[in-house]
Amino acid sequence: MLPSAPADDPAALPLEISGVAKRFGDLRALDGVSLRLAPGECLGLLGPNGAGKTTLLRAIAGRVQPDAGSITVLGAPAGSPAARLALGWIPQELALYPRLTCLENLEAFGRYFGLGGAALSTAVERCLRWAALADRADDAVQHLSGGMKRRLNMAAGLVHAPKVVLMDEPTVGVDPQSRNRMFEMIDALASEGTSIVYTTHQMAEAERLCDRIAVVDHGRVIAVGTRDELVRAAFGTRSEVVARFERMDESAAAWIRQRGGRFDGAAARFEVEQPTAMVALLEAAARAGHTLVDVSLRRPDLESVFLHLTGRELRE
Amino acid sequence: MILPVARTALTSLRRDRGALALTFILPVAFFTILAVIFGARRDPTPPVAVIVVDQDQSRASRALVEGLARESLDVRTRPAARHGVEQAEYTEDTAELAVRAGDAPLALVIPAGFAERALAGADAHADVKLVRDASDPVAAQIVEGLLQRIAMTSLPEVMAGRGVRLMDPFVGGFTAEQRRRVEEGLAALRDRPDPETAGPEGGMLIPVRVRDVVGPARNDSMISFYAAAIAVMFLLFTASAAAGSLLDESESGTLDRVLGSRVTMGALLGGKLLYCTALAFGQLVVMFVWAWLVFGVDLPGHLDGFAVMGLVTSFAVAAFGMLIASACRTRAQLAAVSMLLVLVMSAVGGSMFPRYLMPAAMRHAGLVTLNAWAIDGFTKVFWRDEPVWRLWPQVLVLGAAGAVLSALAWRLARRWERS
Repeated sequence: MLPSAPADDPAALPLEISGVAKRFGDLRALDGVSLRLAPGECLGLLGPNGAGKTTLLRAIAGRVQPDAGSITVLGAPAGSPAARLALGWIPQELALYPRLTCLENLEAFGRYFGLGGAALSTAVERCLRWAALADRADDAVQHLSGGMKRRLNMAAGLVHAPKVVLMDEPTVGVDPQSRNRMFEMIDALASEGTSIVYTTHQMAEAERLCDRIAVVDHGRVIAVGTRDELVRAAFGTRSEVVARFERMDESAAAWIRQRGGRFDGAAARFEVEQPTAMVALLEAAARAGHTLVDVSLRRPDLESVFLHLTGRELRE
Repeated sequence: MILPVARTALTSLRRDRGALALTFILPVAFFTILAVIFGARRDPTPPVAVIVVDQDQSRASRALVEGLARESLDVRTRPAARHGVEQAEYTEDTAELAVRAGDAPLALVIPAGFAERALAGADAHADVKLVRDASDPVAAQIVEGLLQRIAMTSLPEVMAGRGVRLMDPFVGGFTAEQRRRVEEGLAALRDRPDPETAGPEGGMLIPVRVRDVVGPARNDSMISFYAAAIAVMFLLFTASAAAGSLLDESESGTLDRVLGSRVTMGALLGGKLLYCTALAFGQLVVMFVWAWLVFGVDLPGHLDGFAVMGLVTSFAVAAFGMLIASACRTRAQLAAVSMLLVLVMSAVGGSMFPRYLMPAAMRHAGLVTLNAWAIDGFTKVFWRDEPVWRLWPQVLVLGAAGAVLSALAWRLARRWERS
């Protein structure tokens, strides 16, 4: 066990990750990750499946021992008792006891964090209200709907009122209505000053919830910043022309490359300094004998940023 | 369409190692165990241990003892030497104590005056006494039968003389000449070199009085045995299944979440061990209360011994369950492994057939199982009425086994601690 430092150091950041690396056999799951989380901030980890997001969260929670680097939670080394108490972990899986009721689940996890008596009752009541499950408190988990289970899964990670919360794709498999309800829950949490790390491969979620976003791929953080910072860093003031070709063949692919564009498997993307450049692009295509369909001009988004940085789509 | 369905099922089976083991290894393993236990060719009758106390020291009593020794019996006249020092011969009292302690299933006492009076039918008090452990009903019947056979093979002159004396009044008394010839004939029978070729087969020729010193006047010995034997087997199944919650929690991610809290792996395993022990003890209580209410097993009279054996057995089986759950990767694997291990342990350890019916080698092999020690302990409590302190070997072995198995489980479970 690593030596434990107090987790209530006012000068300490909620989370500080420095040069963390982890290998599983030949797989380099984390490759020198460094990140900082400011108090009250919601930091998104955006990346495709297998990028290393979950491994990073498990390392923060002390469940994965890094091969190199360090992680501190409010100044305490990850995995130390102080860090565990300061952290709330909401895993991707429904990590609940299916035969226990909502109330019993929350009580169990509260006790695992050392709560008891009136403090436990108050905490459980607060979590049930927060998750809008007060009227289902005595229902067994196995009888809840998918969305309710997800909400309880979140509540179980917060019963001990942690200062830093790790959320690992908490909305996976949830219908839009339940997802909105969960977003409201996260907003409420953030408004109380809780620092959050939120992993997702859903661009819209990251944009909706996160103050800053770290783009993760192949175990590395390849860019960090607000949405606008990321877009500006990747595209400057340029816009993006997205076009489909009527006939996509070798000649079309060569023409796209020649014009500095990229083909993502469905459409070609070109960066233009000014919207008027779109006209010139269409004329050039016509001159080269290519017919463009579904042509649109748009401001680049996070998906564009990810494609720009990694050369592949977020959902690959 | 039938063949593709069959092919898919076969492919699934091939990928499921647990199911494969259950399908092919378990039946073979079981067959092997039963073949060894009841393998008639090599060892048809396990030697019955019988303590013999010859108080008569007559020619007839010595012939009887020698006759017994020639049969397939393990005849003991004194306890096994301790530290190379030969022990004193058994007396009637020490023989009875030895039977009570389970050293042998029965003791045969030939009282003084046996040859003079009992064989003549003059004094029933001089009859051969069989002091019996009722938990082994077979041993006494074997020895009783052998005694009658030996009467005809080793004591032909005594049997013939008895016949002559019975006949004497009906023929109006033998003449002096007839009496001399009879005596000569009996002497010839006595000196005959090969007793195996002796005369006719008969019924109860040697009077025997049987007395149960273990479980006296009760016919519930087998019920007590099976209450313990079956309970231990199911305890093993229950503990394995209950400990499997570790695997469920690992698969669902709950284990990760729990270990991310203040709960350490030691605390987690300790909690699971406590739960499995309590569950197993509860199962034992239900089993014995049922045996008491329905079959009259004397539970209220043995509460202290039951509590001691119940707790130590529950602890050991719980630790066994924790170990195999920690060693397995999936629930399916656990189900297959526990089925295989528990059935084999139960067969070898006496949960299915009493160990005293097994060949000596199997009896000894059974001692590596928890079943054997647990059943031996419950046997001491319910049949032999032994005081609690006499349970120390079983308590020691089961307690130590529980501690070692728990330590191994903890060692294996550390793979969940941090990757």
